Amino acid sequence: MLKHQKKLLVIITEAILEKSLIADAKRLGSQGYTVYDVRGGSQNATHEGDWEADRMIEMKIICDEAVADAIASHVIGQYASNYGVRLFFSNIEVARPQKF
Amino acid sequence: MTDVVVLFFLLGLLARLVKSDLALPGVLYETLSIYLLLAIGLKGGVELSKQSLDAVIPQMLFCLALGLMIPLLLYPLLRRLVGLNGFDAASVAAHYGSVSVVTFAVASAYLTHRDIAYESHAALWVALLEAPGIVAGIALARWTEKKPSGQVVEKGARARFAWSALAHDVFFGKSVFLLVGGLVIGTLMGETGTAPIAPLFTVLFKGVLALFLLELGLVAGGRLGELKRYGVKLIVFALFAPMGLALLGALGGKALGLSTGGIAIMAALAASASYIAAPTAMRIAVPQANAALSITAALGVTFPFNVLLGIPLYLKLAQVLG
Repeated sequence: MLKHQKKLLVIITEAILEKSLIADAKRLGSQGYTVYDVRGGSQNATHEGDWEADRMIEMKIICDEAVADAIASHVIGQYASNYGVRLFFSNIEVARPQKF
Repeated sequence: MTDVVVLFFLLGLLARLVKSDLALPGVLYETLSIYLLLAIGLKGGVELSKQSLDAVIPQMLFCLALGLMIPLLLYPLLRRLVGLNGFDAASVAAHYGSVSVVTFAVASAYLTHRDIAYESHAALWVALLEAPGIVAGIALARWTEKKPSGQVVEKGARARFAWSALAHDVFFGKSVFLLVGGLVIGTLMGETGTAPIAPLFTVLFKGVLALFLLELGLVAGGRLGELKRYGVKLIVFALFAPMGLALLGALGGKALGLSTGGIAIMAALAASASYIAAPTAMRIAVPQANAALSITAALGVTFPFNVLLGIPLYLKLAQVLG
Protein backbone atom coordinates (compact mmCIF):
# COMPACT_ATOMS: atom_id res chain seq x y z
CA MET A 1 0.00 0.00 0.00
CA LEU A 2 1.27 3.48 -0.79
CA LYS A 3 1.75 5.57 2.33
CA HIS A 4 2.42 9.25 2.86
CA GLN A 5 4.26 11.05 5.63
CA LYS A 6 2.32 13.31 7.97
CA LYS A 7 2.82 14.76 11.44
CA LEU A 8 0.73 13.77 14.45
CA LEU A 9 0.45 16.61 16.95
CA VAL A 10 -0.86 15.60 20.37
CA ILE A 11 -1.91 18.30 22.81
CA ILE A 12 -2.80 17.48 26.40
CA THR A 13 -4.39 20.37 28.20
CA GLU A 14 -7.30 21.64 30.29
CA ALA A 15 -10.73 20.76 28.93
CA ILE A 16 -11.80 24.35 29.20
CA LEU A 17 -9.64 25.19 26.19
CA GLU A 18 -11.30 22.71 23.86
CA LYS A 19 -13.44 25.17 21.92
CA SER A 20 -10.59 27.64 21.51
CA LEU A 21 -8.15 24.96 20.42
CA ILE A 22 -10.50 23.61 17.80
CA ALA A 23 -11.03 27.10 16.39
CA ASP A 24 -7.29 27.77 16.42
CA ALA A 25 -6.47 24.46 14.73
CA LYS A 26 -8.99 25.05 11.97
CA ARG A 27 -7.80 28.57 11.44
CA LEU A 28 -4.19 27.48 11.19
CA GLY A 29 -4.87 24.84 8.58
CA SER A 30 -5.90 21.60 10.24
CA GLN A 31 -8.43 19.49 8.35
CA GLY A 32 -9.68 17.72 11.44
CA TYR A 33 -9.02 16.63 15.01
CA THR A 34 -10.07 14.11 17.65
CA VAL A 35 -10.54 14.79 21.33
CA TYR A 36 -10.51 12.43 24.29
CA ASP A 37 -11.27 13.01 27.96
CA VAL A 38 -8.22 11.99 29.92
CA ARG A 39 -6.93 11.92 33.48
CA GLY A 40 -3.40 12.49 34.53
CA GLY A 41 -1.00 14.36 36.73
CA SER A 42 2.47 15.61 37.24
CA GLN A 43 4.81 16.28 40.14
CA ASN A 44 2.81 19.32 41.08
CA ALA A 45 -0.77 18.33 40.42
CA THR A 46 -3.18 15.49 39.78
CA HIS A 47 -6.10 16.02 37.49
CA GLU A 48 -8.66 13.40 38.38
CA GLY A 49 -11.39 15.47 36.80
CA ASP A 50 -13.29 15.60 40.09
CA TRP A 51 -14.67 19.03 39.54
CA GLU A 52 -15.76 20.71 36.37
CA ALA A 53 -12.82 22.98 35.80
CA ASP A 54 -10.29 20.22 36.49
CA ARG A 55 -10.95 18.13 33.41
CA MET A 56 -8.26 17.36 30.87
CA ILE A 57 -8.41 16.55 27.21
CA GLU A 58 -6.04 15.05 24.70
CA MET A 59 -6.40 16.46 21.21
CA LYS A 60 -4.87 14.74 18.20
CA ILE A 61 -4.27 16.54 14.94
CA ILE A 62 -2.83 14.92 11.83
CA CYS A 63 -1.44 17.41 9.36
CA ASP A 64 1.61 18.64 7.49
CA GLU A 65 4.68 19.62 9.47
CA ALA A 66 4.26 23.33 8.78
CA VAL A 67 0.68 23.31 10.07
CA ALA A 68 1.71 21.28 13.13
CA ASP A 69 4.46 23.79 13.88
CA ALA A 70 2.10 26.72 13.45
CA ILE A 71 -0.51 25.22 15.77
CA ALA A 72 2.06 24.20 18.38
CA SER A 73 3.71 27.64 18.42
CA HIS A 74 0.37 29.33 18.76
CA VAL A 75 -0.79 27.04 21.56
CA ILE A 76 2.41 27.52 23.53
CA GLY A 77 2.45 31.25 23.00
CA GLN A 78 -1.20 31.82 23.77
CA TYR A 79 -2.02 29.38 26.54
CA ALA A 80 1.02 27.83 28.15
CA SER A 81 1.66 30.70 30.55
CA ASN A 82 -1.71 30.32 32.27
CA TYR A 83 -2.92 26.81 31.52
CA GLY A 84 -1.39 23.39 31.81
CA VAL A 85 -0.21 22.41 28.32
CA ARG A 86 1.84 19.47 27.12
CA LEU A 87 2.33 18.66 23.50
CA PHE A 88 4.41 16.40 21.35
CA PHE A 89 5.01 15.56 17.71
CA SER A 90 5.20 12.21 16.05
CA ASN A 91 5.93 11.08 12.50
CA ILE A 92 3.19 8.94 11.07
CA GLU A 93 2.07 7.55 7.74
CA VAL A 94 -1.39 7.81 6.24
CA ALA A 95 -3.07 6.18 3.25
CA ARG A 96 -5.12 9.16 2.01
CA PRO A 97 -3.07 12.34 2.46
CA GLN A 98 -5.76 14.58 1.02
CA LYS A 99 -7.86 13.90 4.14
CA PHE A 100 -5.29 15.58 6.33
CA MET B 1 -32.38 15.65 63.46
CA THR B 2 -29.97 16.08 60.55
CA ASP B 3 -31.36 15.83 57.09
CA VAL B 4 -30.55 12.46 55.53
CA VAL B 5 -28.84 14.00 52.50
CA VAL B 6 -26.17 15.57 54.71
CA LEU B 7 -25.16 12.10 55.87
CA PHE B 8 -24.42 11.17 52.28
CA PHE B 9 -22.09 14.14 52.09
CA LEU B 10 -20.31 12.92 55.21
CA LEU B 11 -20.11 9.44 53.70
CA GLY B 12 -18.35 10.82 50.66
CA LEU B 13 -16.01 12.85 52.83
CA LEU B 14 -15.20 9.76 54.88
CA ALA B 15 -14.64 7.69 51.76
CA ARG B 16 -11.99 10.12 50.58
CA LEU B 17 -10.37 10.39 53.99
CA VAL B 18 -9.99 6.61 54.34
CA LYS B 19 -8.79 6.44 50.72
CA SER B 20 -11.60 4.27 49.51
CA ASP B 21 -11.60 3.67 45.76
CA LEU B 22 -15.16 4.93 45.53
CA ALA B 23 -15.64 7.21 42.56
CA LEU B 24 -18.84 8.23 40.85
CA PRO B 25 -18.58 7.91 37.07
CA GLY B 26 -18.13 11.31 35.45
CA VAL B 27 -21.16 10.77 33.26
CA LEU B 28 -23.34 10.07 36.28
CA TYR B 29 -22.18 13.26 37.94
CA GLU B 30 -22.99 15.19 34.77
CA THR B 31 -26.44 13.59 34.59
CA LEU B 32 -27.24 14.28 38.23
CA SER B 33 -26.07 17.84 37.75
CA ILE B 34 -28.38 18.40 34.79
CA TYR B 35 -31.26 16.78 36.67
CA LEU B 36 -30.82 18.94 39.76
CA LEU B 37 -30.64 22.17 37.81
CA LEU B 38 -33.74 21.34 35.79
CA ALA B 39 -35.70 20.06 38.77
CA ILE B 40 -34.93 23.14 40.85
CA GLY B 41 -35.80 25.44 37.98
CA LEU B 42 -39.04 23.56 37.22
CA LYS B 43 -40.26 23.65 40.79
CA GLY B 44 -39.49 27.35 41.08
CA GLY B 45 -41.24 28.01 37.79
CA VAL B 46 -44.38 26.13 38.78
CA GLU B 47 -44.57 28.21 41.96
CA LEU B 48 -43.89 31.37 40.01
CA SER B 49 -46.81 30.57 37.71
CA LYS B 50 -49.07 30.86 40.72
CA GLN B 51 -48.29 34.48 41.38
CA SER B 52 -47.87 37.77 39.62
CA LEU B 53 -44.40 38.85 38.63
CA ASP B 54 -44.92 42.28 40.20
CA ALA B 55 -44.70 40.90 43.71
CA VAL B 56 -41.42 39.35 42.84
CA ILE B 57 -39.64 42.24 41.12
CA PRO B 58 -38.15 43.81 44.29
CA GLN B 59 -36.74 40.38 45.18
CA MET B 60 -35.23 40.04 41.71
CA LEU B 61 -33.59 43.45 41.96
CA PHE B 62 -32.22 42.62 45.38
CA CYS B 63 -30.72 39.40 44.06
CA LEU B 64 -28.96 41.18 41.23
CA ALA B 65 -27.64 43.84 43.61
CA LEU B 66 -26.50 41.25 46.15
CA GLY B 67 -24.69 39.25 43.51
CA LEU B 68 -22.84 42.31 42.28
CA MET B 69 -22.09 43.62 45.75
CA ILE B 70 -20.62 40.54 47.39
CA PRO B 71 -17.42 40.38 45.29
CA LEU B 72 -16.88 44.12 45.76
CA LEU B 73 -17.11 43.66 49.53
CA LEU B 74 -14.91 40.59 49.66
CA TYR B 75 -12.15 41.73 47.31
CA PRO B 76 -10.45 44.18 49.74
CA LEU B 77 -10.70 41.59 52.52
CA LEU B 78 -9.07 38.98 50.35
CA ARG B 79 -6.29 41.34 49.29
CA ARG B 80 -5.46 42.85 52.68
CA LEU B 81 -6.45 40.26 55.29
CA VAL B 82 -5.90 37.00 53.42
CA GLY B 83 -2.99 38.39 51.40
CA LEU B 84 -4.04 37.13 47.97
CA ASN B 85 -2.89 38.75 44.74
CA GLY B 86 -5.41 40.66 42.67
CA PHE B 87 -6.32 37.78 40.38
CA ASP B 88 -6.81 35.21 43.12
CA ALA B 89 -8.78 37.71 45.16
CA ALA B 90 -11.05 38.47 42.20
CA SER B 91 -11.52 34.78 41.50
CA VAL B 92 -12.41 33.86 45.09
CA ALA B 93 -14.68 36.91 45.28
CA ALA B 94 -16.50 35.75 42.14
CA HIS B 95 -17.00 32.28 43.61
CA TYR B 96 -18.62 33.74 46.72
CA GLY B 97 -20.61 36.28 44.76
CA SER B 98 -22.21 33.49 42.78
CA VAL B 99 -24.26 30.72 44.42
CA SER B 100 -24.24 27.02 45.04
CA VAL B 101 -27.37 25.39 43.67
CA VAL B 102 -26.80 22.38 45.88
CA THR B 103 -26.57 24.52 49.03
CA PHE B 104 -29.95 25.91 48.02
CA ALA B 105 -31.31 22.39 47.54
CA VAL B 106 -30.04 21.29 50.96
CA ALA B 107 -31.39 24.45 52.62
CA SER B 108 -34.85 24.00 51.11
CA ALA B 109 -34.85 20.31 52.03
CA TYR B 110 -33.89 21.27 55.59
CA LEU B 111 -36.78 23.73 55.85
CA THR B 112 -39.30 21.32 54.32
CA HIS B 113 -38.12 18.66 56.77
CA ARG B 114 -39.05 21.03 59.61
CA ASP B 115 -42.33 22.12 58.04
CA ILE B 116 -41.07 25.68 57.72
CA ALA B 117 -42.62 27.46 54.77
CA TYR B 118 -40.59 29.54 52.38
CA GLU B 119 -41.24 31.30 49.12
CA SER B 120 -41.33 28.32 46.80
CA HIS B 121 -40.35 30.37 43.75
CA ALA B 122 -36.95 30.80 45.40
CA ALA B 123 -35.31 29.03 42.46
CA LEU B 124 -35.72 32.36 40.69
CA TRP B 125 -33.36 33.90 43.24
CA VAL B 126 -30.84 31.16 42.51
CA ALA B 127 -31.03 31.79 38.78
CA LEU B 128 -30.54 35.52 39.29
CA LEU B 129 -27.68 35.14 41.75
CA GLU B 130 -25.57 32.87 39.54
CA ALA B 131 -24.21 35.38 37.07
CA PRO B 132 -23.78 38.88 38.63
CA GLY B 133 -21.10 37.75 41.09
CA ILE B 134 -19.08 36.22 38.27
CA VAL B 135 -19.36 39.35 36.17
CA ALA B 136 -18.28 41.51 39.12
CA GLY B 137 -15.33 39.20 39.82
CA ILE B 138 -14.16 39.43 36.24
CA ALA B 139 -14.49 43.20 36.30
CA LEU B 140 -12.31 43.24 39.42
CA ALA B 141 -9.72 41.08 37.69
CA ARG B 142 -9.65 43.40 34.67
CA TRP B 143 -9.23 46.34 37.02
CA THR B 144 -6.33 44.52 38.67
CA GLU B 145 -4.64 44.07 35.31
CA LYS B 146 -4.90 47.74 34.47
CA LYS B 147 -3.54 49.08 37.74
CA PRO B 148 -0.49 51.25 37.13
CA SER B 149 1.62 49.43 39.67
CA GLY B 150 4.35 48.67 37.20
CA GLN B 151 3.09 45.11 37.09
CA VAL B 152 3.72 43.60 33.69
CA VAL B 153 0.76 41.86 32.11
CA GLU B 154 2.03 38.93 30.09
CA LYS B 155 0.88 38.79 26.51
CA GLY B 156 -0.55 35.33 27.04
CA ALA B 157 -2.66 36.64 29.88
CA ARG B 158 -5.12 38.22 27.50
CA ALA B 159 -5.67 34.82 25.86
CA ARG B 160 -8.71 34.89 23.66
CA PHE B 161 -10.74 36.87 26.07
CA ALA B 162 -13.62 38.82 24.66
CA TRP B 163 -16.57 40.09 26.63
CA SER B 164 -19.10 38.69 24.16
CA ALA B 165 -17.62 35.21 24.35
CA LEU B 166 -17.56 35.43 28.11
CA ALA B 167 -21.10 36.75 28.36
CA HIS B 168 -22.12 33.84 26.18
CA ASP B 169 -20.44 31.33 28.49
CA VAL B 170 -21.81 32.88 31.66
CA PHE B 171 -25.41 33.36 30.57
CA PHE B 172 -25.72 30.33 28.32
CA GLY B 173 -23.53 28.05 30.39
CA LYS B 174 -25.14 24.90 31.68
CA SER B 175 -26.09 26.17 35.15
CA VAL B 176 -27.87 29.37 34.24
CA PHE B 177 -29.35 27.93 31.04
CA LEU B 178 -30.94 24.91 32.75
CA LEU B 179 -32.13 26.90 35.76
CA VAL B 180 -33.73 29.57 33.64
CA GLY B 181 -35.01 26.98 31.17
CA GLY B 182 -36.61 24.99 33.98
CA LEU B 183 -38.11 28.18 35.41
CA VAL B 184 -39.61 29.17 32.08
CA ILE B 185 -41.04 25.71 31.43
CA GLY B 186 -42.44 25.51 34.96
CA THR B 187 -43.98 28.97 34.68
CA LEU B 188 -45.54 28.26 31.30
CA MET B 189 -46.89 24.81 32.12
CA GLY B 190 -47.82 25.29 35.77
CA GLU B 191 -48.73 22.46 38.11
CA THR B 192 -51.06 20.65 35.72
CA GLY B 193 -48.77 20.92 32.72
CA THR B 194 -45.80 19.50 34.61
CA ALA B 195 -47.81 16.76 36.36
CA PRO B 196 -46.77 14.05 33.88
CA ILE B 197 -43.09 14.60 34.62
CA ALA B 198 -43.53 15.21 38.34
CA PRO B 199 -42.64 11.60 39.28
CA LEU B 200 -39.14 12.10 37.92
CA PHE B 201 -38.50 15.69 38.87
CA THR B 202 -40.32 15.94 42.18
CA VAL B 203 -40.58 12.53 43.76
CA LEU B 204 -37.04 11.41 42.99
CA PHE B 205 -35.43 14.76 43.80
CA LYS B 206 -34.26 14.06 47.33
CA GLY B 207 -32.70 10.74 46.39
CA VAL B 208 -30.80 12.27 43.50
CA LEU B 209 -29.65 15.08 45.78
CA ALA B 210 -28.32 12.47 48.19
CA LEU B 211 -26.27 10.84 45.42
CA PHE B 212 -24.98 14.19 44.28
CA LEU B 213 -23.91 15.04 47.83
CA LEU B 214 -22.05 11.75 48.00
CA GLU B 215 -19.99 12.93 45.04
CA LEU B 216 -19.50 16.37 46.54
CA GLY B 217 -18.32 14.75 49.77
CA LEU B 218 -15.69 12.92 47.73
CA VAL B 219 -14.55 16.09 46.02
CA ALA B 220 -14.58 18.14 49.21
CA GLY B 221 -12.61 15.39 50.95
CA GLY B 222 -10.05 15.58 48.18
CA ARG B 223 -9.74 19.30 48.72
CA LEU B 224 -9.09 18.96 52.45
CA GLY B 225 -5.59 17.69 51.80
CA GLU B 226 -4.90 20.84 49.77
CA LEU B 227 -5.90 23.18 52.56
CA LYS B 228 -2.56 23.27 54.27
CA ARG B 229 -1.03 24.59 51.05
CA TYR B 230 -3.06 27.76 51.22
CA GLY B 231 -2.68 28.67 54.82
CA VAL B 232 -4.86 29.32 57.81
CA LYS B 233 -6.01 32.75 56.62
CA LEU B 234 -7.90 31.27 53.69
CA ILE B 235 -9.56 28.70 55.93
CA VAL B 236 -10.59 31.43 58.37
CA PHE B 237 -11.98 33.45 55.48
CA ALA B 238 -13.89 30.48 54.09
CA LEU B 239 -15.48 29.92 57.51
CA PHE B 240 -16.30 33.48 58.48
CA ALA B 241 -17.15 35.12 55.17
CA PRO B 242 -20.25 32.93 54.75
CA MET B 243 -21.51 34.01 58.14
CA GLY B 244 -21.05 37.69 57.35
CA LEU B 245 -22.64 37.24 53.95
CA ALA B 246 -25.52 35.29 55.48
CA LEU B 247 -26.24 38.26 57.73
CA LEU B 248 -26.29 40.52 54.70
CA GLY B 249 -28.66 38.21 52.88
CA ALA B 250 -30.88 37.83 55.93
CA LEU B 251 -31.16 41.58 56.46
CA GLY B 252 -32.06 42.02 52.81
CA GLY B 253 -34.63 39.27 53.07
CA LYS B 254 -36.14 40.90 56.13
CA ALA B 255 -36.30 44.25 54.34
CA LEU B 256 -38.07 42.57 51.43
CA GLY B 257 -40.68 41.19 53.81
CA LEU B 258 -39.87 37.55 53.13
CA SER B 259 -41.14 34.74 55.33
CA THR B 260 -38.83 33.30 57.99
CA GLY B 261 -38.02 30.44 55.65
CA GLY B 262 -37.40 32.86 52.84
CA ILE B 263 -34.98 34.88 54.95
CA ALA B 264 -33.13 31.69 55.83
CA ILE B 265 -32.90 30.72 52.16
CA MET B 266 -31.65 34.16 51.17
CA ALA B 267 -29.05 33.97 53.93
CA ALA B 268 -27.94 30.52 52.76
CA LEU B 269 -27.68 31.73 49.16
CA ALA B 270 -25.63 34.75 50.14
CA ALA B 271 -23.35 32.50 52.18
CA SER B 272 -22.86 29.94 49.45
CA ALA B 273 -20.03 29.79 46.96
CA SER B 274 -20.29 28.45 43.45
CA TYR B 275 -18.15 25.55 42.33
CA ILE B 276 -19.69 24.81 38.96
CA ALA B 277 -20.41 28.04 37.15
CA ALA B 278 -17.77 30.22 38.77
CA PRO B 279 -14.72 27.94 38.42
CA THR B 280 -15.42 27.40 34.73
CA ALA B 281 -16.00 31.09 34.03
CA MET B 282 -12.91 32.09 36.01
CA ARG B 283 -10.68 29.60 34.24
CA ILE B 284 -11.54 31.23 30.95
CA ALA B 285 -11.76 34.85 31.99
CA VAL B 286 -9.05 35.04 34.65
CA PRO B 287 -6.56 32.30 33.78
CA GLN B 288 -3.88 33.94 35.92
CA ALA B 289 -5.85 32.99 39.02
CA ASN B 290 -5.12 29.81 40.88
CA ALA B 291 -8.21 27.72 40.22
CA ALA B 292 -7.41 25.17 42.88
CA LEU B 293 -7.28 27.85 45.57
CA SER B 294 -10.80 29.11 44.88
CA ILE B 295 -12.32 25.65 44.67
CA THR B 296 -10.55 24.55 47.86
CA ALA B 297 -12.09 27.45 49.75
CA ALA B 298 -15.53 27.03 48.17
CA LEU B 299 -15.77 23.26 48.22
CA GLY B 300 -13.29 22.23 50.87
CA VAL B 301 -14.40 24.62 53.60
CA THR B 302 -17.44 26.76 52.83
CA PHE B 303 -19.70 24.10 51.35
CA PRO B 304 -19.20 21.59 54.21
CA PHE B 305 -19.57 24.42 56.71
CA ASN B 306 -22.83 25.59 55.15
CA VAL B 307 -24.26 22.12 54.84
CA LEU B 308 -23.28 20.89 58.31
CA LEU B 309 -23.48 23.99 60.50
CA GLY B 310 -24.40 27.04 58.45
CA ILE B 311 -27.91 26.23 57.31
CA PRO B 312 -29.25 25.49 60.81
CA LEU B 313 -27.50 28.68 61.97
CA TYR B 314 -29.07 30.76 59.23
CA LEU B 315 -32.50 29.44 60.15
CA LYS B 316 -31.91 30.55 63.75
CA LEU B 317 -30.83 33.95 62.42
CA ALA B 318 -33.97 34.18 60.33
CA GLN B 319 -36.11 33.25 63.30
CA VAL B 320 -34.44 35.92 65.42
CA LEU B 321 -34.94 38.54 62.73
CA GLY B 322 -38.44 37.42 61.81
